Amino acid sequence: MTQPLTIERLSAHYGKVQVLEDFSLKIEAGELVSLLGASGCGKTTTLRLIAGFLEPTGGTIRLGDQDLTRLPAHRRNIGLVFQNYALFPHLTVAENVGFGLKQRGAAVPERAARVAAMLERVELTDLGDRLPAALSGGQRQRVALARALVIEPPLLMFDEPLSNLDAKLRVGMRAEIRQMQRANGTTSVFVTHDQEEAFSISDRVAIMQAGRIMQFDTPETLYSRPANAFVARFVGFENLIEMRVLARKGDLVEAEAMGGARLTLSQVEFGAIPDAFVLGARPEGLMVVGPDAPGIPATLGLRSYLGRAYQYLCDSAVGPLTAQGLLGAAQEVGSAARLQPVAAQCCILAPEA
Amino acid sequence: MKQPLHPALIAFAVVVFFFLVAPLVIILGAAVSDTTFLTFPPKGFSTRWFVKIFEMAAFRRTIVTSLEIAFLATGLALLFGLPAAYALNRYRVQLPSWLSTVFVLPILVPEIVLGFSLLKSVAVGVDMPVFATLVAGHTLIVLPYAVRVISASLSSFDFSMEEAAISLGSPPIKTFFTIVLPNVRSAVIAAFILAFITSINDVSVSLFLTGPGVSTLPIQILAHVEQFFDPVIASVSVLLMVLTVGVMAVVELTLGLTFLAK
Repeated sequence: MTQPLTIERLSAHYGKVQVLEDFSLKIEAGELVSLLGASGCGKTTTLRLIAGFLEPTGGTIRLGDQDLTRLPAHRRNIGLVFQNYALFPHLTVAENVGFGLKQRGAAVPERAARVAAMLERVELTDLGDRLPAALSGGQRQRVALARALVIEPPLLMFDEPLSNLDAKLRVGMRAEIRQMQRANGTTSVFVTHDQEEAFSISDRVAIMQAGRIMQFDTPETLYSRPANAFVARFVGFENLIEMRVLARKGDLVEAEAMGGARLTLSQVEFGAIPDAFVLGARPEGLMVVGPDAPGIPATLGLRSYLGRAYQYLCDSAVGPLTAQGLLGAAQEVGSAARLQPVAAQCCILAPEA
Repeated sequence: MKQPLHPALIAFAVVVFFFLVAPLVIILGAAVSDTTFLTFPPKGFSTRWFVKIFEMAAFRRTIVTSLEIAFLATGLALLFGLPAAYALNRYRVQLPSWLSTVFVLPILVPEIVLGFSLLKSVAVGVDMPVFATLVAGHTLIVLPYAVRVISASLSSFDFSMEEAAISLGSPPIKTFFTIVLPNVRSAVIAAFILAFITSINDVSVSLFLTGPGVSTLPIQILAHVEQFFDPVIASVSVLLMVLTVGVMAVVELTLGLTFLAK
């Protein structure tokens, strides 16, 4: 029943503005994929194109063997969970959940049985007669989920479903959605701007910007081996330092940054290093050490206390950098130091064209 | 908890109250006066002026005409106004912002001008029958109410509900009736009442459009006042008020007026 979703060369316009260009994505059967990006990146447009609320100007959308591209939205058989739940306020919880079954012409007793079973699954058995207005945010989200799941769709889509819930509830609902999706094995698309949410719930994540996919990978790969500077920044490599290799000796590479700072990096620790590269480093990937140690010379600026370490805004020949230092050795503003890259919190990127 | 009321506020409220109620009391009093002329306070008590209304063919006829026109015009206004209000809100982003203003233009144009234009263009120009012209004219003046009231309700309607229904397999037009309409029902009823009352009470537009053999109640009242000064006028007014209150009462009994205030 569960099917792969194949999007090929999809493009879309709002008036003259191109919001999606040559967009391709293949989601395997049973996989949960997040579309992650800031607002305006095209993730919601993509979802609405798949749902059939927008018409693409080019390209195809296929679910299994079925071409959805020109199929009217109400015949696509896709379960949708909305950001604001979009429950029908004039219908009871049970009627909301049964709405899709009613459209499919299910007989009343069958409908009642399936609605009851579904309500039990989302732990709302006793609330079937209530109106949505009498429910809490978390309960409403469960009704929305039940309403989408009860029609047993081959594809489930979530449009920022958790952003209206408070932080604690959000984490709980996240796990619930994941468990239910796993149990059903339904191919799912999850749209969010929250990186933690996307990474924790997804098999794979597509990071989007300006209507294009910047990288489509497992969360682990995205987090440790971003493919480009945009994704690197997105996953927290705040420091991007352009470098070129001066000399190689065994697995050791001597490289120089703009402004003359030199580093010796081990390819065993950092991975293969091309002749020109960008060193990406998280704040914890640049360690503040004494001014005589090897590293990038820097002047320490604003210090903030993070609990496990101090974080410093630094000035250096390569530009402003964010680094971290040990708690035991708090440094004063204005003092000179060196910043040493820590391989586990760094990545090597090809230079941008 | 009881909050102390300032005496001046109470006094002010009382004055406003009397200001609002006094005309009704005076008309009601005049309508039951046992005299052949309009007077207040009433002298004696009689219901004969109410009976008189129905003895006069002109009043009988115009009451029926007014009701027919009000129902038809209101019906038509809702028929046009509901889809218009829907489109104005559903496609607000795509549509030019001045478009919604177009739908209130009939309110902005002085009704006298509107009536005269309709007379020139429709009644004389196209030679439409008087009754049809009246229905058209009334539809035009009540349409803005229908559009505005329903629009106001639709502006807070969450259209993702509609998308949710469609994604669950409900075709778009069916979705309008099963999801959108039930949620703006109160606005539709409010629009109906407002439009109906506006049509029933209209003078300016009707003045131009009434013709031989076809007149509305307010125009008949006007014609009557020009010749007579008897309490029939007061009792007809009471009748109009009762009609209006009656419409409100039906709504109150079936839905509750608080329902409208939502």
